[in-house]
Amino acid sequence: MIWSPSSGSIELLTAGGWGSAMLVGLARSLTIALGAFALGLVIGIAGALGKLSGGAVARQALDLYTTVVRSVPELVLILIVYFAGADLINGILTALGQAKIDFNGAIAGIVVLGVVQGAYSTEVIRGAILSVPLGQIEAAQAFGMSSWLTLRRITLPAMLPFALPGLSNLWLIAMKDTALLAVLGFGELTQVTRQAAGTTKAYFTFFFAAGCMYLLATMVSNLLSRRLEAWATKGVAHV
Amino acid sequence: MEMLHADGIRKTFGNLEVLRGVSLTANKGDVISLIGGSGSGKSTFLRCLNCLEHPTGGEIRVDGDAIAFRPDGHGNMEPASKTQMRRIRARLAMVFQSFNLWSHMTLLENVIEAPVHVLGVDRKQAVDEGLRLLQRVGLYDKRNTYPAFLSGGQQQRGAIARALAVQPLAMLFDEPTSALDPELVGEVLKVIRELAEEGRTMILVTHEMSFARDVSNQVLFLHGGLVEDAGPPAEVFGNPKSERLARFLGSFH
Ligand SMILES: Nc1ncnc2c1ncn2[C@@H]1O[C@H](COP(=O)(O)OP(=O)(O)OP(=O)(O)O)[C@@H](O)[C@H]1O
Ligand SMILES: [Mg+2]
Repeated sequence: MIWSPSSGSIELLTAGGWGSAMLVGLARSLTIALGAFALGLVIGIAGALGKLSGGAVARQALDLYTTVVRSVPELVLILIVYFAGADLINGILTALGQAKIDFNGAIAGIVVLGVVQGAYSTEVIRGAILSVPLGQIEAAQAFGMSSWLTLRRITLPAMLPFALPGLSNLWLIAMKDTALLAVLGFGELTQVTRQAAGTTKAYFTFFFAAGCMYLLATMVSNLLSRRLEAWATKGVAHV
Repeated sequence: MEMLHADGIRKTFGNLEVLRGVSLTANKGDVISLIGGSGSGKSTFLRCLNCLEHPTGGEIRVDGDAIAFRPDGHGNMEPASKTQMRRIRARLAMVFQSFNLWSHMTLLENVIEAPVHVLGVDRKQAVDEGLRLLQRVGLYDKRNTYPAFLSGGQQQRGAIARALAVQPLAMLFDEPTSALDPELVGEVLKVIRELAEEGRTMILVTHEMSFARDVSNQVLFLHGGLVEDAGPPAEVFGNPKSERLARFLGSFH
């Protein structure tokens, strides 16, 4: 079907509930992206600290993790983590005599994407921590701060201006990567769009609408991340 | 009253023996200047006092509290109790050559950070005290400014206010004016001089010989990892016992 900017396409979106289904899909995409980004941040902070001050074994394991994630295509990784992870967990559950669990939930999507995000976050945060002048961390120690307090009060907030550009980028990638989950059927935006388009045969209308939704989400994100950056860099002299 | 006592501090980096047994006792109100050539171990000694550097050997006592050490697995000693170390560090304020103010905090936030988060002082009380200290070092107007927007002299005075905020038993200065433009040195020395005059206990690593002569009551000349000459400034500067010290002092004229 050839798309024309007629009232027909609007009708297609409003009638038959496809439009609202897509909004639900969008919400699901954003939830998964947000969760994956947050999980990635946690993994990233831990990974960066492990790489910077962990033992030899931890450092090698983390190097392997970031190298693998960065070299294998995301889609392949997602399939590996999803199926291997599900097999592993269900294998353990079966061994323990427990019932298998269904992984078709947002949680699975979050974990799968979060593991991928974590590798990139690790590198972004590691670089940012290295940009914090060592003297500031020494000053924290010299004033009697514990390692945890130093991390929370000094290292993490001081590295934020250096990490934010990379992290904003990762957030955009997280949002777009949720589309890859369509192959697994998480009910996110791209999968819903494919269903809608397949059923109505109005491919262009629905994929165009989906594209607009992703674009809108990105634009809002950019607005927010610019604000966040302005706030985080208030201590940075712009000369 | 003894505030800080270090006995036979040794420190090696790999094969490099930087300190070979340096001792020092600071009683309340003492201002002790450490002088010596570049690489003589002045900074290393100062950093051993609050264990930023793990000493290889020796004893350290702060206000009667002897730091308990254990081997750190790299041939040096580390504090056996982190709690004790933190307690001691919190009261041995350090002022660095490169200021090291925390860049994501305003001046006032820098000053109240350790009191609030390390010593557990009530925030409002810490703010009142912090403002008073900033007033004292002439930076009240800059209280809400971030360090990057301050001159070196202002940053260092801010760092001194941050050090004063923990009500230190002793203050450790590592060349506090070496990173400053010449025209900014005076404002920082003025603050340090006032602290000396009000009876603060201070250990001061410095290349400002005339200042050391003016403010200190004890001068230690480090060379080759040992205290080569020590005594009241009039003696050390006026009548150096060691040939090397005489030559070292001569290089400043
Ligand atoms: N972390 C370190 N690892 C290896 N060697 C070090 C380390 N820190 C200091 N040294 C060495 O120890 C010696 C003493 O250094 P230190 O910084 O204590 O000298 P200093 O007296 O403070 O000199 P300056 O007047 O230049 O500041 C130098 O030879 C230095 O290279
Ligand atoms: Mg030095």
